[in-house]
Amino acid sequence: MNIRRLFLILAPYAWLLVFFLIPFAIVLKIALSDYAISIPPYTPVLDLSAGWDGFKSFLSALDFENFTFLAEDALYYTAYLSSLKIAIISTFLTLLVGYPIAYGMAQAPDEWRPTLMMLVILPFWTSFLIRVYSWMSILSNEGFLNQLLMWTGLTDSSIQILNTNTAVYIGIVYTYLPFMVLPIYSALEKLDGSLIEAAEDLGCSRIQAFWLVTFPLSRPGVIAGSFLVFIPALGEFVIPSLLGGSSTLMIGKVLFEEFFNNRDWPVASAVAVVLLLILIIPIVLFQRNEQKQREADQ
Amino acid sequence: MDQQSANRPVFAPWNDPNEKPLIRFQNVTKKFGEFIAIDDLTLDIYRREFFALLGPSGCGKTTLMRMLAGFEKPTTGTILLDGQDIAPIPPNRRATNMMFQSYALFPHLSVWDNIAFGLKRSDMPADKIGARVEEMLRLVRLEKFAKRKPHQISGGQRQRVALARSLAKAPKLLLLDEPLGALDKKLRQDTQFELMDIQEKTGTTFVIVTHDQEEAMTVASRVAVMDHGRMIQVDTPDRIYETPNSVYVADFIGDVNIIEGTAAPKGEGMVAIAWAEGQPEIAATPAGQVAKGARVHFAIRPEKVAITTEKPEGRANAIEGAVHDIAYLGNISTYKVEVAGGRMIKAQVANDRRISRRDISWDDRVWLSFTDTAGVVLLS
Amino acid sequence: MNRRFSWFNATSITLGFAFLYLPMIILVTFSFNESKLVTVWAGFSTKWYGELFRDQAFLNAAWVTLKVAVISSTVATVLGTMAAYVIVRAGRFPGRTMFSGMIYAPLVMPEVITGLAMLLLFITIGLDRGVFTIILAHITFTMCFVSVVVSSRLATFDRSLEEAALDLGCTPFDAFKSVTLPIIAPAVVSGWLLAFTLSLDDLVISQFVAGPSATTLPMKIFSSVRLGVNPQINALSTILISIVTVGVISASLISKRSIARQRAEELAAVRT
Repeated sequence: MNIRRLFLILAPYAWLLVFFLIPFAIVLKIALSDYAISIPPYTPVLDLSAGWDGFKSFLSALDFENFTFLAEDALYYTAYLSSLKIAIISTFLTLLVGYPIAYGMAQAPDEWRPTLMMLVILPFWTSFLIRVYSWMSILSNEGFLNQLLMWTGLTDSSIQILNTNTAVYIGIVYTYLPFMVLPIYSALEKLDGSLIEAAEDLGCSRIQAFWLVTFPLSRPGVIAGSFLVFIPALGEFVIPSLLGGSSTLMIGKVLFEEFFNNRDWPVASAVAVVLLLILIIPIVLFQRNEQKQREADQ
Repeated sequence: MDQQSANRPVFAPWNDPNEKPLIRFQNVTKKFGEFIAIDDLTLDIYRREFFALLGPSGCGKTTLMRMLAGFEKPTTGTILLDGQDIAPIPPNRRATNMMFQSYALFPHLSVWDNIAFGLKRSDMPADKIGARVEEMLRLVRLEKFAKRKPHQISGGQRQRVALARSLAKAPKLLLLDEPLGALDKKLRQDTQFELMDIQEKTGTTFVIVTHDQEEAMTVASRVAVMDHGRMIQVDTPDRIYETPNSVYVADFIGDVNIIEGTAAPKGEGMVAIAWAEGQPEIAATPAGQVAKGARVHFAIRPEKVAITTEKPEGRANAIEGAVHDIAYLGNISTYKVEVAGGRMIKAQVANDRRISRRDISWDDRVWLSFTDTAGVVLLS
Repeated sequence: MNRRFSWFNATSITLGFAFLYLPMIILVTFSFNESKLVTVWAGFSTKWYGELFRDQAFLNAAWVTLKVAVISSTVATVLGTMAAYVIVRAGRFPGRTMFSGMIYAPLVMPEVITGLAMLLLFITIGLDRGVFTIILAHITFTMCFVSVVVSSRLATFDRSLEEAALDLGCTPFDAFKSVTLPIIAPAVVSGWLLAFTLSLDDLVISQFVAGPSATTLPMKIFSSVRLGVNPQINALSTILISIVTVGVISASLISKRSIARQRAEELAAVRT
């Protein structure tokens, strides 16, 4: 191994070790520490300067009381459950909205498709925060949606949408829609049109052909898109804090508040560790789906 | 000039014991994990040769070439170039150049810069590079395209740029990896002759990898037939075709009838091969000794089998059968004849008259005949 | 896929894009509203833009954001390209699995966790929080995006081009510099753009690691919109949306035109 190769590997490796892996070790360590009112507001359980004895006393002093606390306090587990619920429902809604768009794009004339692609990607480059913000004036009590509802006579007085879970669903579907549309579109675009013709030739109606041929073949795109929405939605912070109300419990928001408002670092770290553990399952499933796709493509 | 060329000995350095090989593979084995790509291979290639490595995909021919270029190192054994072990020399310091199957033309550089690429990294003085590039462009007849980018020229022209680029540094050895694979059939045939021409003009040793047996036969001075990492036969094209040393080679090169049977010596170096119950034995001339009762394969090319409606007089072998199928290919016709035991034997006839009397038709009883030296006896 | 562009397809595309774009169109329109109420139209005015440009806090935040984005995306592009090269080309080395894990993990990591972890690191090592720590954090999470973009290009890169360069006398470094880099340059540029945009856009991680002394534009926007809708933010959003729109449209026009030109030249080449 020559020097250049060594440098090539070491530079990004060392960077990620220092700024990515070690921070997580610190999070884990603090999650196992005791709360103390000081800055930094925790007493370290592991005293690195004490060497081996320090490590031994670390092991004996190691306690899971922050985790027990999470399990005992209803706030936390309802927050996890409600995050899961919101993430699952909004992923499903995004799929319902995104699939017809992707399908329509894949059927569109060839010369339109680069433009349609660009129109899907454009919001992705636009600030996330601004896109979430743009819904505040639509969903507020005096907002455009309520104005529209009252104008059409559907309601007599304005209904509360902003600062409810409904607003959070709308926000998630809106901001993560491109992540759903793009993988489904790329799966549908690869689809050989003669397959549908063959299905119809063999006696399927158009709707049967869709359910028996098109949809199963676009499933990898649906799975990829669902994970791409579900994973970030689960830890979402901006959408629940701008569009959700005080009753909207999402774990990202709880973590943020635990850390900045209550300044309870050990509990915030424990919340992060548990969130990570919950996320590992969908992440591994997602990676496996991608892997299968890559193998199928070869 | 004529006098000279008439007296010039046939180019066959492999028969000259005093000739030193340019490349020598000594017991080279290459493994990729558990997979043995090259299996204890020993081979000499001589100066000015046009050497073809022929075999199905995965037979190790590309690995062999990549070891010469320096992209792979032998697991055991040595490769000598001009008597020097090349294992420790990295690809960029080797006196070999390679023409890649994909051509590997640098898409961001013009034709001119592609050809100059290697020269700029050699010790050639900058003012000589221009002249050398022009020379190479003339050699491949692409003077007009010097300023174009690779995507602005046709496939055939790209192929010639790749050739010019790999020849520019005047390598001792030029490696060609399926150089004509991407061209259509007509262009490929023209280019084969062009390659031979350029090889002769530059006097460079060429090693070509191909899976196309016709291409190997056309261009090469010697052909090496490979299978599963081993050399099956290394010989001139005509000897590979006429005297294959194994069923594998006979079957791989051209069309062949293989008849299995039991041999019995018949005196005067001849054998009689019993191949089917109640049929006359096949008289053949083996290359070496064949023990009595040995299982052999008799291989005979379809064009060496004559087909007649009457039993021919004075032919060493005649077998009766019924016409099963006729394939008319324009210049030739192939007859598939069913003989004893349901065995099929193919006979090929040149259509040398424009309107032939079609006296042989489907299901006709016919006689297949051939001389006692027409086929090859291969030991199982 | 066979094209049977039906009314159903046309309707779903139209509704879909209406959903994607209407909120932004409303946002832009009301940035020119005379009234402070963002939901009632009271005539055309550009006064919110004027106020925005007189607001020193916003200008400072914009300057900090730009500085952070330029520096962090540039460093991230260098590190991310190296990482991509290591992933695709370096073969086996000790710790390779962990390396690729660390490259992909930040892509799916919730920002609150990344932000928290980074902040705890900076506190543990006693680094003063400010612009510098924001830059460090942004480099770390954006380099992974760069590496994904570049490595997907490298994976389809014809390796024989590099081998040809070696064969013609290049050292491995020379081959990278004069063959690989020019060819993957478009991917490196889009990696940089992606890193730049992500850095401009980031709120959560900056919020954690910024400390009291530094404020980025998204932090400033967040703290003001938390209190409600604000026409000044509409004006700022309009400016940002226009920049992105002009950038994306011109990039796609340029690439469309260069693809068209390349196709035409290829066709011409076949005919000669």
